[in-house]
Amino acid sequence: MSEVLSQEVAAGRSGAARVMTSRGAIMWYLVLAVLVLLSLVVPGFASPRTAGFLLLDVIPILMIALPMTLVIITAEIDLSVASTAGLTSAVMGVLWAGGMNIYLVLLICLIVGLLAGAFNGIMITAVGLPSLAVTIGTLALFRGLALVVIGDNAVANFPRELTTWATSKIGATGIPVFMVIVLVLIAIFAVVLHLTPFGRGLFAMGFSKEAAEFVGIDVGRSKFYLFVATGLVSSMAGIFWTLRYSSARSDNASGLELAVIAAVLLGGVSIFGGRGSVPGAVAGVLMIGIINYALRLQRISDVVLIIVTGTLLIASVVGPSIFEWMRKVRHDRRVHRDLTNPAKSSTSPAS
Amino acid sequence: MALMRNARRILAATAATTALALLAAGCTTPAAPAPSASGAASSSAPAADRSITFIPKQLNNPYTDVVLGGGKTGAQAAGFAKSNVVGPLEASASSQVSFINAETQAGTNVIVIAANDPDAVCPALEEARTGGAKIVAFDSDTNPKCRDLFVSQVVAKDVALIQVEIISEQIGGSGEIAILSATANATNQNEWIKFMEAELKDNPKYKDIKLVAKVYGDDDDTKSFQEAQGLMQAYPNLKGIISPTTVGIAATARYLSKSKYKGKVALTGLGLPNEMRAFVKDGTVTEFALWDPAQLGYVAAFAGKALLDGTMTGKEGDKFTAGDMGERTVGANGVVIVGPPTRFNKDNIDKYNF
Repeated sequence: MSEVLSQEVAAGRSGAARVMTSRGAIMWYLVLAVLVLLSLVVPGFASPRTAGFLLLDVIPILMIALPMTLVIITAEIDLSVASTAGLTSAVMGVLWAGGMNIYLVLLICLIVGLLAGAFNGIMITAVGLPSLAVTIGTLALFRGLALVVIGDNAVANFPRELTTWATSKIGATGIPVFMVIVLVLIAIFAVVLHLTPFGRGLFAMGFSKEAAEFVGIDVGRSKFYLFVATGLVSSMAGIFWTLRYSSARSDNASGLELAVIAAVLLGGVSIFGGRGSVPGAVAGVLMIGIINYALRLQRISDVVLIIVTGTLLIASVVGPSIFEWMRKVRHDRRVHRDLTNPAKSSTSPAS
Repeated sequence: MALMRNARRILAATAATTALALLAAGCTTPAAPAPSASGAASSSAPAADRSITFIPKQLNNPYTDVVLGGGKTGAQAAGFAKSNVVGPLEASASSQVSFINAETQAGTNVIVIAANDPDAVCPALEEARTGGAKIVAFDSDTNPKCRDLFVSQVVAKDVALIQVEIISEQIGGSGEIAILSATANATNQNEWIKFMEAELKDNPKYKDIKLVAKVYGDDDDTKSFQEAQGLMQAYPNLKGIISPTTVGIAATARYLSKSKYKGKVALTGLGLPNEMRAFVKDGTVTEFALWDPAQLGYVAAFAGKALLDGTMTGKEGDKFTAGDMGERTVGANGVVIVGPPTRFNKDNIDKYNF
């Protein structure tokens, strides 16, 4: 992450004010403000336990949010992520119960993720189907396969050193060791999206697929890679989920796709494509995680919790649109005034 | 323009990284004041500050509400200063873990839990125990190594047998039956089903009864309703359904009462009298079974108190007093039994209100 930072600082030249007021930056100010507020208001919130429990809760969402950000920026979507994680978990359970070496099992799990992603990718890019339709299909398909693989069983006896490792913390900081892997992933996805021609191509695709093709971007291949990456990261999340709860079951991580997409949108990634950032998405995930955690610590019912999450999401999607609309209204009114009253408009530039 | 946008992104990333560092710092610095981290939640907690938290499989489940009502009464009678109920909206395997974590952090003295998955909750419960909390499982057990005690309503085998007995009476001892359960991984459901299958196979009285299907309504009303509908379509010769879950039996009864199978296909299982009253009176259901769920919560609260007082440790042979319900003894594997199941039919259902 610090490497990224120094590169970016070196490349940065101007427009500091605008960057500090970008959507991603605003999200981070909000996250910090909420953290400070909750530390003051909620008893017991400001503790290393919070860091540990909170991050363990958000890690799977955080991981999948990274490739999801890139996918949504290209104006596509992947709803099959949670099912891929569930399928991975099921495969992991069955292979381990069958006596295979655990590291070989993990490798196969990652391959399962790759294949699941590649399947989505082929259907979307080569066959040319809309990603929404394809991944609704694979959402059901992969979950179904998970049921076929492991059935009603649960496998729980994973090697203790691995399950302990998955929930272990870095010293006394309370931060899970697994966060190191997540930070590396964040750095990779941030660099790819914001500092490479490939990443710029993704924004271009999101704005206009035709224009992107016209300037020589291989839209199909780029999208294929994105879906493969999403599958791979989803299987990593599935492995983490299985180890964290030390339970491999077919219903693991179900419903996670909506949590991921909600967080990504809250982080300022436009569902219409072409706009968004990795830091923003990370802030979105943390925001939802922090608020949920604090409400739970206060023993506020989950009913309230989902209402809060839903309201936040609506506000984050509707907010910018209203802002945009108000700007347009003001602009139209000014144009209208200038046209109907040219005498007055001649003096207006000065004011 | 492109430069500007680039610069914006760069600064956003800078801000993000700084913020992440701050987040990490913010979480780590104020370590000292956290009350829960100090291990204050030990068995020597003064009576005035004692807290107990119930974590059911899911909230907004009528059966659970009755259990929790009994739990509240029990917690008050046992002298807990605070009793809380927290839990997930969905009965999925790992959904309870973050609630256990929050209780650990809040320094709760006794956690009473009905596990959705016996193993998934284990690491979190172990962490809570390290922090000094006593763990009582109720309704649905966790892995025995991560709780102090399991309060079971009834002997699992009795519950299974009474349901088989009732269905056999109603279908005249022969024909096809099906089971409509809750989630496929529910510990209690699967134990009952196992005993039912064994009884059907081994008891010569039931040799003409054939179990043709097991379906799962996930304790979701709509899904259970659809599964009941599906059963009737898939097995036209079906003579009876056992639904050992209150959500399942109510949904199935609702489907049957409006269909041509009303009164022809027998339905029994575990139901709440208040939910089943209408179906018993209109002839959809003749007889079903259950215990008084409120007693479950009540006994669990007193078990928690005894563990906290240190008057028992949860090993076999330990005894504790469960308020008005008298003395209970801990059996093998740290299991405490509350009482035998009751049969409900049109003659006695009006005597019960839960």
